[in-house]
Amino acid sequence: MSIAITTQFICFTVLSLVVLIGALGVVLLESIVYSAFLLGGVFMSVAGLYLLLNASFVAAAQVLVYVGAVNVLIIFAIMLVNKKEDLKPINDIKSRRVISTSICLTLLSLLIRVDLTKVWSLSSPQNSIGEESTIRIGEHLFSDYLLPFEVASVLLLMAMIGAIVLARRDVMSKDISTGLPVDQELIEKSSEPLLTNKN
Amino acid sequence: MNLESIPLQAFLIVSSALFCIGIWGLLNSRNAVRVLMSIELMLNAVNINLMAFSSYIDNNLIQGQVFTIFVITVAAAEAAVGLAILLSLYRNRVTVDMESFNLLKW
Repeated sequence: MSIAITTQFICFTVLSLVVLIGALGVVLLESIVYSAFLLGGVFMSVAGLYLLLNASFVAAAQVLVYVGAVNVLIIFAIMLVNKKEDLKPINDIKSRRVISTSICLTLLSLLIRVDLTKVWSLSSPQNSIGEESTIRIGEHLFSDYLLPFEVASVLLLMAMIGAIVLARRDVMSKDISTGLPVDQELIEKSSEPLLTNKN
Repeated sequence: MNLESIPLQAFLIVSSALFCIGIWGLLNSRNAVRVLMSIELMLNAVNINLMAFSSYIDNNLIQGQVFTIFVITVAAAEAAVGLAILLSLYRNRVTVDMESFNLLKW
């Protein structure tokens, strides 16, 4: 890393603040659309942290996959299911909030304690490969990580087929209960929900 | 205090905080899309951890970066399938409220 140490510290502080405040916004904001766009900001800042760690290839992959694919997918899902609905109030919401918040804070304190007390055996920065990391990742992917690399392609294919099968709407020409032909244009609006809540 | 680089602990603390925020969102969200976003936050926290260790401890054979690539792949597949399940649920239930998805409740 050729940037001066002061610049590195400033970049790290700004990026971590953006990550943490953005993540808090993602989980706390009322509007789900704001949450989705803040999530994009969090992903970009995480890519910036990767650049600080000398990993330009993974930073580019992070931007392409997370911001370009996952975030856009989430925004599309919000557009498809975004309906204003009055949520039913839960009786014990207060105790639930208290319990989950205390669990999260306990876990956070434990993790930070481990982070700060364990003495990590850091390697010397002299034998860092720095900018050659992309070449090294390619060597890994085509030698000792070849099997996981190939399995990942099968996994992506299965995920693609699974997503298509799950999200496809089965259009029927006849109504199941009455046997009458179905008006295809109104199939979304007129059909009763299949699994309505009985209680 | 004279430091020549950012300490490893700083990255670990950021990733721990991000992971805990993700867990809080996972437990407390009513909207199913927000639950998926919290899962993405947690996966990103794990990725920051892997990248930090790969850069500070194993900076010659960067196996942590290869693992991060695989985690990103799995996260993309998970997001696609998760949102497809969400769409299918929404078509059947006409809601995205997590409290109404109790089909497997005993």
